Amino acid sequence: MSSISKSDRTSLTSISRLLLACALLVPAGVTATLAQKAPNPAPTPAADAKGERIVSLGGDATEILYALGLQDKIVAVDTTSLSPPQALKEKPNVGYMRALSAEGVLSTGATTIVANAQAGPPEVVNALKSAKLQFLSLPGNEDPHNVAAKVLIIGKAFGREAEAKELAARIEAGFKAVAERREKIKKPVRAMFVLGVNNGRATVGGVGTTADTMMKLAGATNAADFKNYKPLTSEALISMAPDVVITMRRQGATNNQTLLQSLPGYKETPAGKNGRLIEMDAHYLLGFGPRTHEAARELMSRLYPDLAK
Amino acid sequence: MATDISAAEQTVDELASPRDLTGRRLVLASMAALVVACVLSMATGSTGVTLTSLPGAISSALGHSTDPADVRASLVLIDLRLPRTLLAVFVGASLAVAGAMMQGLFRNPLADPGLVGVSSGATLAAVTFIVLGNTYLGGWQALMGIYALPVAAFGGGLVATVVLMGVASRHGATAVATLLLAGIALGALAGALTGILAYISNDRELRDLTLWSMGSFSGASWSKAAAITPFAIVLLVALPGLVRALNGMLLGEAEAYHLGIDLESAKRRIVFLTAMAVGGSVAVAGIIGFVGIVVPHFIRMIAGPDHRVVLPASALLGASLVLAADMIARVIVAPAELPIGIIMAIIGAPVFLHLVLKRSNGVVF
Repeated sequence: MSSISKSDRTSLTSISRLLLACALLVPAGVTATLAQKAPNPAPTPAADAKGERIVSLGGDATEILYALGLQDKIVAVDTTSLSPPQALKEKPNVGYMRALSAEGVLSTGATTIVANAQAGPPEVVNALKSAKLQFLSLPGNEDPHNVAAKVLIIGKAFGREAEAKELAARIEAGFKAVAERREKIKKPVRAMFVLGVNNGRATVGGVGTTADTMMKLAGATNAADFKNYKPLTSEALISMAPDVVITMRRQGATNNQTLLQSLPGYKETPAGKNGRLIEMDAHYLLGFGPRTHEAARELMSRLYPDLAK
Repeated sequence: MATDISAAEQTVDELASPRDLTGRRLVLASMAALVVACVLSMATGSTGVTLTSLPGAISSALGHSTDPADVRASLVLIDLRLPRTLLAVFVGASLAVAGAMMQGLFRNPLADPGLVGVSSGATLAAVTFIVLGNTYLGGWQALMGIYALPVAAFGGGLVATVVLMGVASRHGATAVATLLLAGIALGALAGALTGILAYISNDRELRDLTLWSMGSFSGASWSKAAAITPFAIVLLVALPGLVRALNGMLLGEAEAYHLGIDLESAKRRIVFLTAMAVGGSVAVAGIIGFVGIVVPHFIRMIAGPDHRVVLPASALLGASLVLAADMIARVIVAPAELPIGIIMAIIGAPVFLHLVLKRSNGVVF
């Protein structure tokens, strides 16, 4: 019955509702005006005399740029730029490198973009490439030699060849030293990389992951023989019988160590029985930045404590 | 039910009621809102390029100007913001109209493509394509080109809608509870199958899927706009033909039949068009919820259930709403960007809750 009276409602109230609808648009308009006033690409003191303005997409890119002393040319970084820690504090953040916004990246007034191989989405990368700026794509994480290659590419692009050659040589020497030590390993340990624990299941790194590459570099065999990351039940953990579990260091009460030890299956593995759990910084271990050889070396020393002696 | 029928009789008999006038005003106001939203969308973004650069941008796009400022303006306005605005208009209009059509088809105010599993079906098909597109479905990709993903999503949405109709409709009517429960079951099944695909996907595909499931226009491009153009044209051409059938169905199936409406054909067309609208949207922008329920309800609250008003006004206001949400998405965390699905859920969920609460007080459908 109520609807009949409602159908007679005056057009005045309907118009007020229409105004309400239009009001929905107002916040957008306001933000639009604000956005135009705020982060304009006016030249900032950060840009040097040559006027190079770099947007660094990816933790490896940022770390190499800092290592080569190019930090003053960086005008923005992405959320994965965790090392060095000041990068995200002193530079604007353009978001996660796989979910970039073309206009957001352009708004920094960049002249050069240095991008991790995984930067995306592809449409945004294509749009950025079609803009009149330099787009440097770095090689991916398949091969440890790519680390030195990335350093050389960046050094060449920004006139730091000498520093880059020195750093690349240091990295290659580091990998060589790791390889020489690897020769001394008599019996490789079965290692397992656990990214995190969710819902009572451990997410484990399989073949083809960066964690797999690092384990091989450090002279361990990967206990997981599947591809990519998969969540595993306690039972699967037991059947894989890792001698050592490698995980990421996290702060707080819910760190991976506590979570792993709460899994019934973990305690039944050789790693759990002997308490062989290695925690490492995620970015250091998996970032494929200029400290990768050091990370491999540290992992190896912790996997084979006797080797150092 | 008594209130529904009296309201519908009014529209079918085409009495000159105050609502006719309100409806006309509403459509006009929606048009104005859309124009304003489009202009704002073209002027909004983190680079600070404004519409005053448009002449330079056009001359650069036509190859007359090589001034760096014009080249930049052309890139921002013509290659980034224009396709993005077009996509947001298409997706907003499609989702709102799909909601209105489904609510009419099921004679059920809570039928929304997102809530009853049609979007999940489209998503499943799209995810299948994303994960297997480079391997098992390579032939499909080669055959369909840029249309591969939208057509796959359309197919998924179509299957989901047909199954939903088969499960939830009894003698031409659907009970709210049955429809929602069937939708939840369907959504869960599609979600589970999507989960299997996520399991076999590689690291990169998995992260892409996660981001895509939140909905975003950040990947807007001319090729995406081209991919959905045929969908938009079909929808635009077919919509006016549905008004009479949808208005007739407000009365009930028997009544519609006696009005001389070919119900079976109308239902088939509605299912097909809903799947097209949802599939096209999911393919280009991922999952954006609540548009299909919020917009048509808002219009019915003002102008009543006449589909001569509900369909065009839904399209216009749906497009305006999604454009507004996308503008917020672009600038709120600039130079980064928030997925629009999150913003729509923040706007839409409270409105939806409000509607559910109001329904118990006998609001008009």
